Amino acid sequence: MSFGIVTDLILGQMVLGLVNGVFYAILSLGLAIIFGLLGVINFAHGVFFMLGAFLAYMLGATLGIGYWGALLIAPLLVGLLGILVEFALVRFLYRIEHLYGLLLTLGLALAIEGLIRVVFGQQGLPYSIPPSLRGAINLGFMTLPLYRAWVVVGGILVCLATWLLIERTPLGAKLRAATDNPRLTQAFGINVPLMRTITYAGGVALAALGGVMAAPMMTVDPAMGTNIVIIVFAVVVIGGMGSILGSIVTGLGLGLLEGLAKATVPAASSTVIFVAMVAILILRPRGLFGKMT
Amino acid sequence: MLEIRDLNAWYGDSHVLHGINMTIPEGRVVSLLGRNGAGKTTTMRALMGLIERTAGEIGWRDRNLLRLRPDQIARLGIALCPEERGIFPSLTVTENLLLPPVIAAGGISLAQIYALFPNLHARGGSRGTQLSGGEQQMLAIARILRTGARVLLLDEPTEGLAPVIVQQIGRTIAEIKARGFTVVLVEQNAHFVQGLADIHYLIENGSIVDRLDTAEFAAKIDRIDRFLAV
Repeated sequence: MSFGIVTDLILGQMVLGLVNGVFYAILSLGLAIIFGLLGVINFAHGVFFMLGAFLAYMLGATLGIGYWGALLIAPLLVGLLGILVEFALVRFLYRIEHLYGLLLTLGLALAIEGLIRVVFGQQGLPYSIPPSLRGAINLGFMTLPLYRAWVVVGGILVCLATWLLIERTPLGAKLRAATDNPRLTQAFGINVPLMRTITYAGGVALAALGGVMAAPMMTVDPAMGTNIVIIVFAVVVIGGMGSILGSIVTGLGLGLLEGLAKATVPAASSTVIFVAMVAILILRPRGLFGKMT
Repeated sequence: MLEIRDLNAWYGDSHVLHGINMTIPEGRVVSLLGRNGAGKTTTMRALMGLIERTAGEIGWRDRNLLRLRPDQIARLGIALCPEERGIFPSLTVTENLLLPPVIAAGGISLAQIYALFPNLHARGGSRGTQLSGGEQQMLAIARILRTGARVLLLDEPTEGLAPVIVQQIGRTIAEIKARGFTVVLVEQNAHFVQGLADIHYLIENGSIVDRLDTAEFAAKIDRIDRFLAV
């Protein structure tokens, strides 16, 4: 094999890794925002991702709403569900130990996943790439399906927009203040309980948006959320819980790392993230971007 | 008029306020003096709805503040400048300043605030906690001036600050008073509140032990100094 082919292979796998990294980033971003303000590790995050994909499928199958419509409507519906879940269940967790948050959200995840399994069965459902995103582009070192290129660009834009919303707007300032000191923020006249509801809804809507984006590339099946969220939790451990920019950078970076492993040591590609997690836990337990607590 | 009647407060099982009675007339500066642990900060936090377990009544415009959430109390025009200053580390100086929503007309405008505290303008883009202690205290006071809240609770605004900064804070409070704000001023420094406050309350072990007007306060200031120093 010539040197050029090897580099092409590595670059190609890294671009594909970046596609996965975008999903890691979107999911760990939502987890980080929710954990920051609510102090709850949302183990149900994966099922909201899966629900996004299923809603995209259902919107298409029943109402004939296409990909672009689903990209807007599915996150909205999942956000509404998030409001309900926060108001009916999650808000009782704030005064008690983190462990109960794990139990509740994990139980919720299992219940929703089971329900979807009962209704739609075990098997994956097909969801096709929208016509406008079919085809491929030639990057020189590889031919990249246009849809995957869109996922990278669109996903990174979503992450950047979320980061800007949190770091550069008055609403984001309220969110950051409430994360720093919820009692004092509330004493300034800001309705912190309402902000928690909005934050939970926003975080799970982001997961659903990721789910819609994943629908044409992954099989739409009940376990798709659980499968990806296990990796995302490793991403969160590596990046450090609660850092917004950290989750984006770590998510993308670990996607790249996974791609690199696929090109060089294919057998290690499914475990490289967990090896990185163990190394980080030993060397820097608060994560790459985590704050000391 | 803000009327505190038989206020009791607990931290867990420990009973820290034992029937506080205070009257705070509108447009006046009222001081609350006592040693560390006497219950000054707890009284302020109770006014703001920040103490979980309380009994008694805090009457303000026909409402009992003890039954309201902190954000509801804030929207009735009461604002706290907390003892630890409460500058949010994740926010810039400007974001800290603009965080509390404006709840009524009649606040001090941003331009006036920047005229009072030029440093806050110059350092607007820095993180709030990068300011010096004195600047942080200015920020904590400035932050509640622009919201239109008419009752300001200032919890030990001079604590740990250099004399020149203490003088500046004194001038600021005098200015606030001249504009007709109601101020509750918690302090350990009797000389600082003399000349600023119209009514003085002394607190000890969670109870009010004395109430003095300005003349009585001036006459007894040496004794009060000793009371606070013990």
